[in-house]
Amino acid sequence: MNETNYSELLNNLLPAFGETLEMCGIALLLAVVLGTPLGVLSYITSKHSICQNRVVNLIVGFFINVIMSTPFVILLVLLLPFTRFVVGTSIGPEAASVPLGIVAIAFYARLVEGNLHAIDKGVIEASLAMGATWFRIVTNVLLPGAFSGMIRGLTVLAVTLVGYSAMAGIVGGGGVGDLAIRFGYYRYQTDIMIITVLLLIILVQIIQTIGEKASRKVQK
Amino acid sequence: MIKFDNVSVSFTNKKGQIVDAVKNVSFNVNDGEILGIVGTSGAGKSTLLRTVNQLQLPTGGHTIVDGKDIGSLSGKSLAKFRHSIGMIFQQFNLVSTKTVAQNVAFAMEIAGHSKEEIKRRVPELLSLVGLSDRADVYPSTLSGGQKQRVAIARAVANNPKILLCDEATSALDPETTNDVLQLLEVINIKFGITIVLITHEFDVVKKICHRVAVMNKGELVEIGDVSDVFTKPQHEFTKTLLSHTFDLDLPGRLTEDKSKPLVKIIYNGEKAENAIVSNVVKLYDVDVNILHGKIEYINDKPFGILIVQLIGKQDDIYNSLDYLSNNTYRTEVINERD
Ligand SMILES: Nc1ncnc2c1ncn2[C@@H]1O[C@H](COP(=O)(O)OP(=O)(O)OP(=O)(O)O)[C@@H](O)[C@H]1O
Ligand SMILES: [Mg+2]
Repeated sequence: MNETNYSELLNNLLPAFGETLEMCGIALLLAVVLGTPLGVLSYITSKHSICQNRVVNLIVGFFINVIMSTPFVILLVLLLPFTRFVVGTSIGPEAASVPLGIVAIAFYARLVEGNLHAIDKGVIEASLAMGATWFRIVTNVLLPGAFSGMIRGLTVLAVTLVGYSAMAGIVGGGGVGDLAIRFGYYRYQTDIMIITVLLLIILVQIIQTIGEKASRKVQK
Repeated sequence: MIKFDNVSVSFTNKKGQIVDAVKNVSFNVNDGEILGIVGTSGAGKSTLLRTVNQLQLPTGGHTIVDGKDIGSLSGKSLAKFRHSIGMIFQQFNLVSTKTVAQNVAFAMEIAGHSKEEIKRRVPELLSLVGLSDRADVYPSTLSGGQKQRVAIARAVANNPKILLCDEATSALDPETTNDVLQLLEVINIKFGITIVLITHEFDVVKKICHRVAVMNKGELVEIGDVSDVFTKPQHEFTKTLLSHTFDLDLPGRLTEDKSKPLVKIIYNGEKAENAIVSNVVKLYDVDVNILHGKIEYINDKPFGILIVQLIGKQDDIYNSLDYLSNNTYRTEVINERD
């Protein structure tokens, strides 16, 4: 077993931690900005909903399903040309954010949609009876009603992304997961592997705790 | 005000079968009246009511409001029309993420009222329904009756001409039901809002409705003034429905004893106030044994049933029965000898 050089580890660990946060942060942002409207679109175009549209619903559903059912490692590789096109390179945390972001968008869209389906249909009907437009129902009834569930979903997503980001490390994405694999797995430095894994566990715990607190706070 | 013109609604259910929820229903709802719609579960009451604001499109016929065929409305004109129709529901359907005041304001925002107008009117509405002190709480902290009051404030916020109530009191206890009904009556009288009210309780009809429509299996079987329908039900189904309200159950040993006639006397209108029973005792040599009875007042007119046993000589009993038949709405012997 190799001697562990702790100052080398620290020098690697801090940037790696930053990279993980960057990758997951970008992906989360994409999920909120694009996944939320996609989830709403999927819900309102579904059968008997406020903007029923079979064609749009099928297209959105197909997009989400394809991404969700493709193993992430394969998606990483398949998306390489697209990633290169968007960020100019296929290596580094920015590049890893692209496939991570796309998975996050699809994943979050489904979570949002699920939370919307749980909203009382009666309230939607009452809004329709008052003459509300679909847009007003989305902004005044659906999104506020699903808000606490959406925050909980965001927590689940963040935790999942931390795990996925380790896989992105395999194709040169960097991050804590990448560090764990490079030092711990390839160089047999078990203690480093344990430290990095502990770090990931702590990160996940922090996310979970913040997420649960926030979700409870907004519950009416 | 509302004219149902041969309205039919059919659905295709999950098994692919066609369900005729409403079949060729035609009747009018008059301006300013409170009309009750009664019928058993699945009779099509909700479906019919929902054609008034196009939550449901008729698959046949037309629902016409103020001369406008509702089925022809869409987009902006439909939204605008819906502002003039309030609706309340059994489950209240308040927006749980909005406070009481915000729920009422929501209806006005939808109708495009200005912020100042909303700010001025919401407290007025909350005071109308007696909830001024709960303006800033969320619905989850309210009782059922309070929730329905908020829903009523919301429903009348845009000065509608019509208020639709789908089982609005069915989730409430009797006392709260009375409060809510009183509030509806106030709204009807004060603002002249026409109210169409679905219920499965005849008690509700009796308390506030002017007219009542009876539905059975998608069809309209009877419509008329509440007192007429109660006292002179024309249709078998109405009679069955009513008999539940006026269920006077006697112990079996009384109906089985055929030696003394059991007489059911039905009072209707002013005759209930005459001293008919005591007259019988004075005029003929019979004893009257009162076994059961109930008098209701429908729109201030008495309506009631009395079950008595006549004891005496055969002749006297015949004469008494004659007298009763001539002086009451209806008299029948319910333990006829076979
Ligand atoms: N969207 C729908 N799809 C299929 N069938 C429906 C639909 N809505 C109502 N029905 C059917 O139409 C019939 C009438 O329903 P409706 O809700 O109008 O009855 P109701 O008189 O209001 O009954 P309740 O007192 O139980 O509310 C029922 O058989 C019901 O199953
Ligand atoms: Mg119903």
